[in-house]
Amino acid sequence: MGEVAREQIEFDILIVGGGPSGLSAAIRLKQLVPSLDICLIEKGSEIGAHIVSGVIIEPTALDELIPDWRYKDAPLNTSVQHEAMFYLPNELKSINIPIIKSIMPQMNNAGNYIGSLGDFCRWLASEAEALGVQVFPGFAGSDLIVEQDQVMGVIVGDMGLEKDGSQGSSYVPGMELRAKYTLFAEGCRGSLSKKLMQRYNLRQGVDPQTYGIGVKELWEIPQSKFSAGYIQHSFGWPLDDKTYGGSWLYHFGNNFVSFGFVLGLDYENPWLSPFEEMQRVKTHPVIRKHLEGGRRIGYAARALSEGGYQSIPKLTFPGGLLIGDAAGFLNVPKIKGTHTSMKSGMIAAESIVEALNIKQKDPMIYQFRIRKSCVYDELYQVRNIRPAFAKFGTKIATLYTGLDSMVRGKFPWTFHHCLADNDKLKPASLCLKPDYPKPDDKLTFSRESSVFLTNIDHRDDQPVHLKLKNPAIWKTVNLDIFKAPETRYCPAGVYEVIDEHNEDQGPKLQINSQNCIHCKTCDIKDPTQNINWETPEGGSGPNYSGGM
Amino acid sequence: MTVLVLLSYEKGNYIRPITRSAITAATKLGDVHVLLAGKDLGDLAQKASALSGVKKVLIADHEAYAHMLAEPTADLIESLADSYDTIIVPANAEGKDILPRVAGLLDIQPVSDIVEIIDTNTFVRPIYAGSILATVKTHDNKKLLSVRGTAFAPTAEEGGSAEIEKLTHFSGSEKTLSKFCELKISQSDRPELESARVVISGGRGMQSSDNFVLIEKVADQLNAAIGASRAAVDAGFINNDCQVGQTGKIVAPELYIAVGISGAIQHLAGIKESKVIVAINKDPDAPIFKASNYGIVGDLFEILPQLEEKLGALK
Amino acid sequence: MKVIVPVKRVVDSNIKPLVKSDGSGIEINGVKMSMNPFDETAVEEAVQLKEKNIVTEIIVISIGEIKCQDILRTAMAMGADRGILVTTDQAVESLSVAKILKHFVEKEKPDFVLMGKQASDDDMNATGQILAAKLGWAQGTFISKLELSEGKAKVTREIDDGQEILELTLPAVLTTDLRLNEPRYASLPNIMKARKKPLETVALTDLGIDLKNSLEIVSIKEFSSSRESIIVDSVDALLDKLKNEAKVI
Repeated sequence: MGEVAREQIEFDILIVGGGPSGLSAAIRLKQLVPSLDICLIEKGSEIGAHIVSGVIIEPTALDELIPDWRYKDAPLNTSVQHEAMFYLPNELKSINIPIIKSIMPQMNNAGNYIGSLGDFCRWLASEAEALGVQVFPGFAGSDLIVEQDQVMGVIVGDMGLEKDGSQGSSYVPGMELRAKYTLFAEGCRGSLSKKLMQRYNLRQGVDPQTYGIGVKELWEIPQSKFSAGYIQHSFGWPLDDKTYGGSWLYHFGNNFVSFGFVLGLDYENPWLSPFEEMQRVKTHPVIRKHLEGGRRIGYAARALSEGGYQSIPKLTFPGGLLIGDAAGFLNVPKIKGTHTSMKSGMIAAESIVEALNIKQKDPMIYQFRIRKSCVYDELYQVRNIRPAFAKFGTKIATLYTGLDSMVRGKFPWTFHHCLADNDKLKPASLCLKPDYPKPDDKLTFSRESSVFLTNIDHRDDQPVHLKLKNPAIWKTVNLDIFKAPETRYCPAGVYEVIDEHNEDQGPKLQINSQNCIHCKTCDIKDPTQNINWETPEGGSGPNYSGGM
Repeated sequence: MTVLVLLSYEKGNYIRPITRSAITAATKLGDVHVLLAGKDLGDLAQKASALSGVKKVLIADHEAYAHMLAEPTADLIESLADSYDTIIVPANAEGKDILPRVAGLLDIQPVSDIVEIIDTNTFVRPIYAGSILATVKTHDNKKLLSVRGTAFAPTAEEGGSAEIEKLTHFSGSEKTLSKFCELKISQSDRPELESARVVISGGRGMQSSDNFVLIEKVADQLNAAIGASRAAVDAGFINNDCQVGQTGKIVAPELYIAVGISGAIQHLAGIKESKVIVAINKDPDAPIFKASNYGIVGDLFEILPQLEEKLGALK
Repeated sequence: MKVIVPVKRVVDSNIKPLVKSDGSGIEINGVKMSMNPFDETAVEEAVQLKEKNIVTEIIVISIGEIKCQDILRTAMAMGADRGILVTTDQAVESLSVAKILKHFVEKEKPDFVLMGKQASDDDMNATGQILAAKLGWAQGTFISKLELSEGKAKVTREIDDGQEILELTLPAVLTTDLRLNEPRYASLPNIMKARKKPLETVALTDLGIDLKNSLEIVSIKEFSSSRESIIVDSVDALLDKLKNEAKVI
């Protein structure tokens, strides 16, 4: 593609991504310096359209950011009332694990709120707009503007390109959004954050980031079964001891149940399907009894960062910084990242104001302030828990978690994440193929009918936004060795092997990019990192509705 | 109770089947009178009089109604409205053009696209592009309804012997707000996807664009429009504008034939309003079978030529 | 020429509408709302006419809760000049909408009204025709082509068996088919500019229009067609079913 003349707009601060960290940063910046011209872009068609989380929100950061949030119609109406944790030894049995607050403070949810992170972000965005932040949903940051080694802003993608990359009748060239500082708040595995990490070597000297994939359903259940504020977690079945993951189930709002399953993307068996594991776990009595008789009204999936403390990259570079899950501030044992994301955004805002004053190109002060913050303390304390599961397996790691938590992570050692998730797969021939049951369309569903509930939309004739860097590798590695794991790990059925009637050419990979719900798992788990996820046309992707 | 039904016909003196469906709906509400408006009506009055269930045919033979323009036709209906409790039009482009204008003149909220009559005031109509059915009750004394053709079986073309009354007062005939210029009947040999009575679609099972010729041959026999699944469009077998489904065209024919289409939910969303769905697929587990009235499990390359041949023989 | 384009805020067409569990309506809490796609086509056509210097002013009007400002801003980002929002918490049906629009047509005296042929939520397809009747104006419905000249509009209408071309005397009400054009993307600078364009807000109750709702929604349910899924073993058996049982061939 030739160079196109692009219009430019200048702001003081540009924020890429309208999740909790980006919105918190915007709000904090306006609170500190109301005259700042702040632009926030979001690739989803509206704020909240691409937001997926459980979610239980710890209101610490919110208390600091908007102290009177309780009087401002914040959509956090269900406080946690009862909680339960189950170990599932098999498909029928369950063992209730007592949560001893003094031993495992991170598991204690008293004072926290259950809600929809999408709704929460919509509310944060209205607060930000009220302060004068310019919020632009439907615009995807597609590339970096770097001049003299400094990030000057981002290019928002072209609109109206045809499948072959040519300019269609409604073509509008993307434009350059420039700012003194750009804050990257793209969430887990952001496509520009990935470029920044490569360009500025931000991952040098830290462990590889490790990830999980969360697959979620929203249910509406009969009033008689509903218990506002009840939360439960499970681990064990259907996963084997060396595979990390578990389910959540939260009663909130108006007879809503948020149900979901997180699977560590360091799993080894290429036959695994996170989607099918999630469907299967619903058939366990401890979960089934909550959902039966209800109706499923939403579906979503998203990767999340699990590396924690050891995997946090260098956070700043000339012209900008990383916040939220783009940096990897999720607390895995707590299963929470909203408060740390928000806090990182707020710290970034405070740091940027200082950096502006002293005209510092690289806002390094942010790195320093994060290290001194509760975000860092919190992640440091739990640093060994997630790697212990990779090291010892679920049963022993559970015991280790108890010990480690008792001393608040003060053991002198730090376990490391040795391999990236994509290096963990074993050849398909060495692994057992799970036997996933067929959907009954009442409790369990097909992937296809699930994607339908995401209200997905990609204009059909735009270029494919998922590309193989080297198409030849797919056959020799993905297919021959791992039997096309992308057809299983993708929770939206984007990848399909077409082999019928194609004997002369052999099987072929079909990429149904219009099904993509932007979870980023393929960008993470592809064995040779051969799949590259780029932003499609702004406004594309799922449209998660209220409650999700 | 007396009901007035606006008769929709084609030049060439052919009463459209959708009019006959509207009459079926009207008979559930009372005695049926039909209004035949136009110029050079030929034997349409006799044909209308023979329609089963019709009590009276009103004829407005005047140049002003030659093209059923909304402004004079609505005035005409308004001038007759006093004698009727309910006025019904077929829910086609003509009826939908005229009826709300009548409603504006009478200051009544019309009810469009009804698919079911619950009682004289309560009707069912699709909303949200057919994905939702709403039961609505009108509190107006006079009811103005447009009726979906596929929802009611057409009344018989014979069996009636309605009285024929020629109108002499032509309300609105002096109106010159709009002038007819030209009618362009679709030149394509095939009907359009969205309005075809029969649609036959191919999926990835067709294997190549060349094989769509098999579908075309069957379509010729049925005067059907040709559609495709997204998979077939993506594979480049057929043009984008043939895509049927949630993101393509939404169709509601009387007969929909899905060939080599597995039945992705996005596709099913675009065909669910079809009256009869037939599936042809070699995979007995394909979800399309669950969504169809009739299915054949087998090789489409054997089935399509047979279908073509036997449909030809049926004629 | 001056044009009024009425626009409706509806559940976005990519959202599968969810029936509330009590069947009383569609869930709109937290659901993405957008401009009715048919109205978007009308806005686009008006903007194209303005770019050709045929239209000089485009006024967009919406009726509903205060949030409808967002679609008026979108219309202004596409190129409309100013917006009017009539605020009300009540649902208004086609007849009422037409009466409210008539009020503004009489006030603003446009040369024509250009609007979507129907809204993608209730699919009533009535407001434009009712408005034309109330004004005593010509109507051109379901148009896929529009040519304006002094005092006249030549429209191509999409009808059942093809297209019909009419010449209308202005002023007129025109309703759009989606085939009329492909609406543009609102660019970021234009969205920023639209935030500064004039938007007048008036309460419906202040207009003094006598309105009643005569259509009551008793209940709604999801469309589901249960089909028998009869598997037949031959083409002959299939044709027999289609001919004698389903009676569709």
